[in-house]
Amino acid sequence: MAEPILDIKGLTKAYGNNVVFHDIDITVNEGDTVVIIGPSGTGKSTLLRCINLLTKANAGQIWLDGDEITAHGHNEDEVRQHVGMVFQNFLLFNHLTALDNVKIGLSKVKKLPNEVAEEKAMQELSRVGLVDRAAHYPGQLSGGQQQRVAIARALAMDPRIMLFDEPTSALDPELIGEVLEVMRNLAREGMTMLVVTHEMGFAREVANRIIFLENGNIVEEGSPDEMFNRPKYERTRSFLWKISELYGDMESEA
Amino acid sequence: MDFAKFFQYIASGTAYTVGVTLIALPFGLVLGLILSLMHVYGGKFLSRIMAVYSTIMRGIPPIVLLFILYFMVSGNINLSPFWAGSISLGIVSSAYQMEIIRGALLSVSGSQMMAARSIGMSRMQAIRHIIIPQALRLAIPPWSNEAAIVIKDSSLVYALGVPEVLRRAQLISASTQEPFLAYITAGLIYFALVFITNRLLNRLEKRLAIPANP
Amino acid sequence: MGDTFTILRRFLPEFLKGTAVTLELTAVGLALGFLLGLILALMRTYGPRWQRVIAIGFIEFFRGTPLLVQLFLIYYGLPSLGLTFDQKTSAYLALGLNSAAYQAEYLRGAIQSIGDSQMTAGRSIGLTRWQTIWHIILPQALRLVIPAWSNEPISLLKTTAVVFLIAVQDLMARGKRAATITYNPIGSYLAIAIIYLIIVFVVNALLKWLERKTRIPGFEMETERP
Repeated sequence: MAEPILDIKGLTKAYGNNVVFHDIDITVNEGDTVVIIGPSGTGKSTLLRCINLLTKANAGQIWLDGDEITAHGHNEDEVRQHVGMVFQNFLLFNHLTALDNVKIGLSKVKKLPNEVAEEKAMQELSRVGLVDRAAHYPGQLSGGQQQRVAIARALAMDPRIMLFDEPTSALDPELIGEVLEVMRNLAREGMTMLVVTHEMGFAREVANRIIFLENGNIVEEGSPDEMFNRPKYERTRSFLWKISELYGDMESEA
Repeated sequence: MDFAKFFQYIASGTAYTVGVTLIALPFGLVLGLILSLMHVYGGKFLSRIMAVYSTIMRGIPPIVLLFILYFMVSGNINLSPFWAGSISLGIVSSAYQMEIIRGALLSVSGSQMMAARSIGMSRMQAIRHIIIPQALRLAIPPWSNEAAIVIKDSSLVYALGVPEVLRRAQLISASTQEPFLAYITAGLIYFALVFITNRLLNRLEKRLAIPANP
Repeated sequence: MGDTFTILRRFLPEFLKGTAVTLELTAVGLALGFLLGLILALMRTYGPRWQRVIAIGFIEFFRGTPLLVQLFLIYYGLPSLGLTFDQKTSAYLALGLNSAAYQAEYLRGAIQSIGDSQMTAGRSIGLTRWQTIWHIILPQALRLVIPAWSNEPISLLKTTAVVFLIAVQDLMARGKRAATITYNPIGSYLAIAIIYLIIVFVVNALLKWLERKTRIPGFEMETERP
């Protein structure tokens, strides 16, 4: 079997005595979409940030494409180019147009010539359906459009894996659909994705595997069918029931 | 009395006043930017030093500090009072500009840094391409306040003998016995300079404004 | 530079006399500035058109020109209009008028942040306009203004140092004298700079204490400066 794209072993993060998560193992294979679910404050965001090395884990190892990125002396900036990250609050660069948001990593980090960077940035914008918004500034875009630009910005770096940190939870309900649509297309194209979300419809439809994280531990993981229809643990069942009640099992209509 | 000559004489000091300002202000800006970057991104130790520097520099009256710096500068480098005074005034201003830019850097919050790092930018790249362009825009309104202060403080180099507006007014008031008219004229020149500068910076702020940015 | 402390010790009695003058100038300027500033703020906010014009003209002139020019205008210029003041009075006047312009703007900001609703509320129970200003608006405004206003004492203290140019014997003037006597300008000015710094720290500590004392939880001004 091919090597996994992302392999996490024994990852632990604590702030002083406050353990965020403990001894986490996750494997993500090429082309997989893995969805992490769990109550708020169980360290899901911190987990993603640790994978992107934006936060340092206290213990454990992470391999990306067979390289141990947690090894001492590893070039973090290099790693982040290969790990795309999409934040809950978009975090677009406010002073740049949509196109320049996508382009800046290409021209400043990858140092591509201007025309090449511009063309590539345009391609990524068209991938998320926003070519006509290229000259708009973040403040002139809706939340859904901003999040799609943020996805394009991450995609432009040709990442091996995309991390999504609750990409729709800051959006008005009517804007969620367009972002999920983009993500669904990415999955279909074979992008490897690790997604933290409360969108159960998306999880059920797109995920190869769902991981239920609670109090800093993996309670249970399995296929959507296993998780939704015959979970092993009562806690999984009650969380899924609660979350479906809260957010609806089906995807918000666009 | 020949009024045309009278005004012309005082107004000819304007070139010096503008000159002092145009040297002091950019000098203070560059120095202030560097110091504020060290303050915000330089680690604990540098940040501590910068905080102390800022407190001391801003705790001493500008004229006292101007005199200290002037004698230090002109004691070490052979410069005219105009240049030594202008540079000294720039150093005085740097501490204030440092605080203005520091505030702006801090308010371009940490999340923009995180976003920049997430696409593989180094800290330096993020500071240069993402943080500074936004921070400098934010700093324009308070900076235009500081620009007005530097224009007004340029009158302090009067005490160093630089023939700027106030010095000219003093000279002509002695020779014409029209002190009130002389000083009122000087005042109006400063006033006009402050006014024009504010207008220009206001326009700059509007031109550089990021569309629809909250 | 190493002689700074020698100079400080040698001239300490003189420096302390100068410090007293500097503090006196600050206190008088601040008080005069507050009274006049309050009047200007009220004229600008509630006065009829002619009062607003006068207030704005005054504030803009004194904020838009150097204190040094204002000082020379009063000390050297006014006598030609028949108004003669001695050095110290000129310094008081210049500092007071200058500070009034700044204090007026702080006060105006506070008054405006209280807004029209308090005026409406006051009038609704039968108070006159002036009674509302006096009993309802000013008590709130004076409390709200403290954080913004607390910049002014230090700022004024620092600007007093130019009055030595009309030969008022403040701390800076004494420093200059020490520089002439010792032929060591850097050491002399550093010596008085240390004294200025000490005053600034003490005044700052006092103001912080005042701010804490007068704070009312949840009652704060959103924007400090207009």
